Amino acid sequence: MIEIENVRKSFGPLEVLKGINLTVAKGEVLTVIGGSGSGKSTLLTCINGLEPIDSGRILVDGIEVHARTTDLNKLRQKIGIVFQQWNAFPHLTVLENVMLAQVKVLKRSKAEAEAEAVRQLNHVGLGDKLKVYPSKLSGGQQQRMAIARALAMSPDYMLLDEVTSALDPQLVGEVLDTLRMLASEGMTMICVTHEMKFAREVSDRVAFFHKGVMAEIAPPEELFGAPKDPELQKFLAATH
Amino acid sequence: MFNYNFRWNQALNSLPDMLQGALVTMEIAILSMVIGISVAIVLTLFRLSGNRILSAISATWVEIARNTPALFQIYMVHFGLGGFGVHLSPYLSLLIGIAFNNAGYLTENFRGALKAIPDTQTRAARSLGMSSIQAFQSVILPQMLRISFLPMTNQMVWAILMTSLGAVVAMNTDLYGVTSDLNARTFRTFELFAIAAVIFYVITKVITLSARLLAARLFRY
Repeated sequence: MIEIENVRKSFGPLEVLKGINLTVAKGEVLTVIGGSGSGKSTLLTCINGLEPIDSGRILVDGIEVHARTTDLNKLRQKIGIVFQQWNAFPHLTVLENVMLAQVKVLKRSKAEAEAEAVRQLNHVGLGDKLKVYPSKLSGGQQQRMAIARALAMSPDYMLLDEVTSALDPQLVGEVLDTLRMLASEGMTMICVTHEMKFAREVSDRVAFFHKGVMAEIAPPEELFGAPKDPELQKFLAATH
Repeated sequence: MFNYNFRWNQALNSLPDMLQGALVTMEIAILSMVIGISVAIVLTLFRLSGNRILSAISATWVEIARNTPALFQIYMVHFGLGGFGVHLSPYLSLLIGIAFNNAGYLTENFRGALKAIPDTQTRAARSLGMSSIQAFQSVILPQMLRISFLPMTNQMVWAILMTSLGAVVAMNTDLYGVTSDLNARTFRTFELFAIAAVIFYVITKVITLSARLLAARLFRY
């Protein structure tokens, strides 16, 4: 379970998270929508401790992320994160990309790591690209590789930060299909996304962020069907 | 008037000695590069550490190495340290002097290379649970070495040529030293130094060409 309690976060004079309260249960798929600068991506990087927070606290399975005593490297093994820019390691093959952290962090043997990497890469449809360098892949393939790389760490949670935003339109579908598959397998996910159709389809709940505040959170049919917040109404009118 | 008689045969008789010297020159250059690269990686880490003292050490090293003559650096290692009672052989003085110079230039090259690697690479590695050391070692370092590979081969060529500065510390077993000694005995100055120059040229050419081949083999991405 991820518990976010009254989290505040500023970048200089700009307050990007203004007291967020949110709980995500095991197995839940939460999508977060909202305009740029609404704080939704920042929230994800705070959850795995890549960004510090100013006040409040975030608990992942009861462990406080920003506590001094927390071993973040260990905690991050539970929390996979995939970014808008997929950040493939260019000097490693697809297979090696997915093996690296398994060997270094989880201390798996090369053989174990390779078997798991092959399994995950097959899972995201890249089983025929094992020996290829990322520069030879399309954006969508690189993003699927990044998802496989995160999944190979056997995380309990997946955080997805606008993973389709940097892709050419014709490549968005293959990545969303991968996410749909994950959702159907029961992975706990928080997806920050601009894909409304996708949000409506896969989410248990959808949260709407506006200017650092979670303005509304509800199951998709409710949030999209009968939005209450006036900003959300404007946002949905503009994106449809 | 021009009345010099070329005696190439006499000079060429010394070729085996000179080639022996060339081996010493290559040995010093290679060792100075190995030491230089290792020290430069440490100095780069000093710079990245955020620690003020470590950064200052790194910055000072780079400043001195790049902004004073290499000849002074070698001279200082031999005679400067000698003043403090540290007496190093000409061979060691030359090796350390060149390695000092290499480390300074390479640290600066590495700094430039690091700028070319997006911050998000470290972020991606850290988000997979890697420690900052693991992220540097497995993700940043290999890319840094690749980007600075060609500047490194330039430095290697420079290291070969710098061995001739061993003259100031009475080094006499490297290519320059051997040639100089032969010259003192035979006065076939033009012939001997022309042959030595050709040997230097061949060595540096072979380095540049094999570096290119190696790069194609190593960096397939």
